[in-house]
Amino acid sequence: MTTDTGAVADTNRFQDVQGVRDALKEVNYLADDGIAGVAFLADRLGKPILVEGPAGTGKTQLAKSIAEITGSRLIRLQCYEGLDESKALYEWNYKKQLLRIQTERGDNEDWTEMKDDIFSDEFLLTRPLLEAITADEPVVLLIDEVDRVEVETEALLLEILSDYQVSIPELGTITAKQIPLVFLTSNNTRELSEALKRRCLYLHVDYPELDREREIVLAKVPDITESLADQVARIVRSIRQLDLKKAPSVSETLDWARTLMILNIDTIDEQTAKETLNILLKYQTDIAKATKELSVDD
Amino acid sequence: MLELLNGFVVELRNAGLPVSLTENLDAMEAVQHIPIEDRDAFKYALGATLIKNHAHWRSFETVFEVYFSLRGPEYKIGDGDGETDIDEMWREMQEQQQQQEGNGGQGGMDGMTPEEIAQMLMQALMNGDQGMMRAMAKQSVQRFAGMEPGRPVGGTYYLYRTLRNLDLDGMLDKMMEQSREDAPDDLTSLEERLEKEEYSDRIEKFKGEIEAEIRRRLVADRGAEAMAKTLRKPLPEDVEFMHASRDEMTALKKSLQPLTRKLAARLARKRKHGRKGPLDFRNTVRHSLSYGGVPAEPKFKYPRPAKPELMVVADISGSVAAFARFTLMLVYAISGQFSKVRSFVFIDGLDEVTDYFKATEDITEAIHRVNTEADVVWVDGHSDYGHAFEVFWNKYGKDVGPKTTVLLLGDARNNYHASQSWVVKEMQQKARHVYWLNPEPKSYWNTGDSIVGEYGTYTDGVYECRNLRQLEGFVEKLA
Repeated sequence: MTTDTGAVADTNRFQDVQGVRDALKEVNYLADDGIAGVAFLADRLGKPILVEGPAGTGKTQLAKSIAEITGSRLIRLQCYEGLDESKALYEWNYKKQLLRIQTERGDNEDWTEMKDDIFSDEFLLTRPLLEAITADEPVVLLIDEVDRVEVETEALLLEILSDYQVSIPELGTITAKQIPLVFLTSNNTRELSEALKRRCLYLHVDYPELDREREIVLAKVPDITESLADQVARIVRSIRQLDLKKAPSVSETLDWARTLMILNIDTIDEQTAKETLNILLKYQTDIAKATKELSVDD
Repeated sequence: MLELLNGFVVELRNAGLPVSLTENLDAMEAVQHIPIEDRDAFKYALGATLIKNHAHWRSFETVFEVYFSLRGPEYKIGDGDGETDIDEMWREMQEQQQQQEGNGGQGGMDGMTPEEIAQMLMQALMNGDQGMMRAMAKQSVQRFAGMEPGRPVGGTYYLYRTLRNLDLDGMLDKMMEQSREDAPDDLTSLEERLEKEEYSDRIEKFKGEIEAEIRRRLVADRGAEAMAKTLRKPLPEDVEFMHASRDEMTALKKSLQPLTRKLAARLARKRKHGRKGPLDFRNTVRHSLSYGGVPAEPKFKYPRPAKPELMVVADISGSVAAFARFTLMLVYAISGQFSKVRSFVFIDGLDEVTDYFKATEDITEAIHRVNTEADVVWVDGHSDYGHAFEVFWNKYGKDVGPKTTVLLLGDARNNYHASQSWVVKEMQQKARHVYWLNPEPKSYWNTGDSIVGEYGTYTDGVYECRNLRQLEGFVEKLA
């Protein structure tokens, strides 16, 4: 729960759900009701959003677009296995500390004084999470592919996600000056801990509906005709219904549409579809299956 | 409102969804920021705060529909007084229809022949007009379902009645014909395929509308709590293999893939993060020499979990086939965690199917081959565990070694044949472990012709594996 709803209310980024949607549309991100609604709520409740869904459905792009429309700086933390505190939160610049100690060696400086000195802001290297907390201007924090870190490392995030603060033993607790909008993305390779999920709003981004996908193609691929975009969207939907190892993602749809544009194709027939399938599908078995399916006359 | 939400959350918990107290509070706060008349936004607000797993979304949706279906103007049940948008649209539609066809006349659907209704529905579907489709759904339910208040039959009965009268399969063919006629040139097979998919998609949506309409009416009749109870469905991971319907099977298959991926990731991690083992006395003494005999640097044994060799022996006779299929799929999906996997299937004869899985990357295809090609019938095609085990032991018994873990899958319903449980006994002596997985509930064991107890005494454990959750738990323990 937000501890300080008053402060949040003062800095509302969005007016209403429709407003979010329109703003996102202006930066060429076509949100559906769910996406816009959750983004709006996240702002109002001051809670992070956990975005889950298959790869290539625009999870990361959502965070980027939100940053763009709110005019915030985007701070990104890419997660990977082995990520630890010193890479995510903060680290003491110990080389500098050493240097400091050595230059002072001649003088008879008091130890406590020295200690206070070398554990001050000057010697602190901020990493993305701390940076997002201490920033003065509005920021959007993107914690990308959070499912890649180990369960133990997840705990690092809990304090920052629920209270927007970081505790540094030597310095005390640093509280956020403004509440950043936090996005966590996950490809769902493992179950995230309950503690993490509980602190977040949950948003599942799936492959878009036919109409939305067509709109996306129209918006993102310059000069594409409406009929071609329609065909592209329909064929992609048809392919997604097959039982594939990896269904084509939105970004692959866009790549395909662009390819068709470059090849100067304005209507897709079976032949062109088959020849360019390798842009949509990345596994040989998938391509073989799709080719077979598309040519079957039923 | 508070009460309603509370009831809603309680129902979610009853349906098996984990909703914590903080999530409940979040939901309460969230809905305050949402204009209450915006039904979709309301739904997403609740969804985002209460549901943290996509697999649970369907259950959430059902409960939501039941609890909030009677709210919002457009969801009022049409009683023909012509107040709502839909009813207005419906009238307009009819007027249009009459103008088109030039035969003036009847008010309301009651006067129309089934052919006319079919014609209208087809037009609505071909134009993809959402409002019209919704109105059609409403009217069809009113006309065909024959719903009476207080009648103790399930929603599926009404659904069946409505759909039978509408003949949607025939509709698809007719629509295809129509669009073939309308097209300026002949449709290529690709275009035809796309058209067909578009139409079947719309028909699916229309079916959804009908279902929703029936549900709305039932809720109005019986109240939300009672409805929610009858509609309660188990989550995919809790669906029982032996009693899964076709829809549930597809859902199961879908949830199997992410599950295996997660399981594989977890197991790989387990292997990598080997904790320190017990003191390695020999090594410590050896190293103490460099400190003049003082064991200053203790050495530890690092556990290297051995990769077991797996032999899966599965009953694939009718009743337990689904269970065997899922277990095989799961085992092969994480076959990297085992040094070797061999699989055998039987009914009353036994056949090795390891090669089917080796030949192709596609597990589904391999399973299909197992079901169609494996030579598993010896006499009559009724399960005979005794004979199957005997064959297994004679043919492959020599391959069972101290590294092998043998998994026996089945309900041990032996049709009163000889049990030949000495095979399992010998197996246990030779193999590292022998486990039995039984897809039946524990209370059914050893009833009728089930002799799982007799086999069980010679195994290292008999496990109940009724659903994905239990199966996953077992496999994790195994690897």
